[in-house]
Amino acid sequence: MAKATRVSFGEELVELGATHPELVVFDADLSKSTQSQHFAAKYPERFFEMGIQEHNMIGAAAGMALSGKKPFICSFSTFVVGRFEVIRMSIGYSEANVTVVGTHCGVAIGEDGYSQMALEDIALMRTLPNMTIIQPADDREAKAAVRFLADHQNPAFLRLTRQGLEDLHGDDYEFRFGKADLLRDGSDAVIFATGGVVYNALKAAEELESEGLSIRVVNIHTIAPLDADFVVQCAKETGRVITVEDHSIVGGLGGAVAEVLGERQPTLMKRIGMTEYGRSGTPEDLYVHFGLDREGVKRQVAAFLKG
Amino acid sequence: MDLTIPALQRSANEMRIDIIRMLHAAGSGHPGGSLSLIDILTVVFLRYIKRTKENALDPDRHRLVLSKGHGVPALYAVLARCGVIPHEDLITLRQVGSYLQGHPHNGSFAPVEASTGSLGQGLSMAQGMAMAAKLDKKPYKVYCVMGDGETQEGQAWEALLSAPHHKLDNLIVILDYNKGQIDGPTNEILNLEPLGDKLRAFNWDVQEIDGHDLAAIDAAVARAQAENGQPHFIIANTIKGKGVSFMEHPTEWHGKAPNAAETEAAIKELEALLN
Repeated sequence: MAKATRVSFGEELVELGATHPELVVFDADLSKSTQSQHFAAKYPERFFEMGIQEHNMIGAAAGMALSGKKPFICSFSTFVVGRFEVIRMSIGYSEANVTVVGTHCGVAIGEDGYSQMALEDIALMRTLPNMTIIQPADDREAKAAVRFLADHQNPAFLRLTRQGLEDLHGDDYEFRFGKADLLRDGSDAVIFATGGVVYNALKAAEELESEGLSIRVVNIHTIAPLDADFVVQCAKETGRVITVEDHSIVGGLGGAVAEVLGERQPTLMKRIGMTEYGRSGTPEDLYVHFGLDREGVKRQVAAFLKG
Repeated sequence: MDLTIPALQRSANEMRIDIIRMLHAAGSGHPGGSLSLIDILTVVFLRYIKRTKENALDPDRHRLVLSKGHGVPALYAVLARCGVIPHEDLITLRQVGSYLQGHPHNGSFAPVEASTGSLGQGLSMAQGMAMAAKLDKKPYKVYCVMGDGETQEGQAWEALLSAPHHKLDNLIVILDYNKGQIDGPTNEILNLEPLGDKLRAFNWDVQEIDGHDLAAIDAAVARAQAENGQPHFIIANTIKGKGVSFMEHPTEWHGKAPNAAETEAAIKELEALLN
């Protein structure tokens, strides 16, 4: 059943409240949307409603982390990561053990339009040398990532979706931090995908089999530190690389893969993602409009490989 | 250590000499705001925080966040006085390889508590530390020293709105109100006044003192120990460059290091204060 990774996050955070007494949660007047409301209801003394003050929330959480707590701070990704310079100083450079939880990423939030969409957040966070970045692609992976981050002693960014995501993994799935997740083997090309569009990329690859294309699909849940060795290996073995993400193709997964390959394994690439500002529409219509639906990915991959 | 007011005054002036020597050796830095700040830090660190090498990283220690990070030479000087920094290391300020960064970086040197220097952010971090103390029911106090220029930042006003809401009476802010910033006098660049009225309206417990009168600083900080449900704000009226006659100017000595002749003249003046 399709489930938003923000919902998975909210459920898992409540579970962790019982086992992690140092865990504290902050929100900036969006706890119903970010799903931190469940933790707030169960552990009110460890939940801090900061009002609409993202700068101050970032700084206060950093201060708490420097005093031994493990804060998760929640907002729409564009509102919290948009206060980047405070993250840079108070979390990154201060080495504060804070997890920034950014929900409502990508154009798939739909009708609210660009002002609420985070399309540049990965690019910003990737520039901080000590920032862990995780973007899960389904419910199981999201819960595993939240569990991992609760024990992770490092500044971190967790990027979550508003929209429901289909299951990609079974009950036996084991989240391995910093390791790419091979979903489908193939020899003609490799697709590296992350977050909400991994499912579309996988389905596109499956359907391209009938057109004689054997395409490997790799889910990149950990964008920083990137599994660079596996990226290089896949590029060597397939010779063609595609990236798919609901984010700007500048500085996101596409940028990260291009940087690695440019230095270690120059390979022809196609980056699929956002190249303009977002707009209003249903999530489905927007994915069709921007070519991030199954058909759009299929069309762009086929054109790249046959072109 | 002799903690009488005359002894503290002498210590503060000795640290002024340290600051001048550090800035001259570094060849850059901020003398005006360091000299305006040192009397405040002297009282807070020696009489209240009682910092020692042993307690510098104790989880229950009193904390001080220097939000106006450009005043860090004063913080290093007082930490050296407390035995946390070997005195001979002060001269490495701002040199590659030194742990004494040009603005506070807790990753290079943990006893500075937090990384500051991008103005307006320190109070939020101090607020978070005070919230952690409340959550853990620990008695430690959190001090935050701000500059007047950085109080123009939007984030500072977010925290000024937030800390009283959270009833953080374990948080003590001291404003080094030296009336100057890089481009000119603070009241001409962007006036803060009436500042006390604004802060009282925000539900802070406000005091206003002469920030170079050590007895007044001591009395204000003593009063700010009260746990009355309100965070405390001490407006300390100071003079930029205090103690060196030719540096006592709102803007001229904000961000330039003294040359050899100026250093010699400054130290001569400060040594006269010791005798």
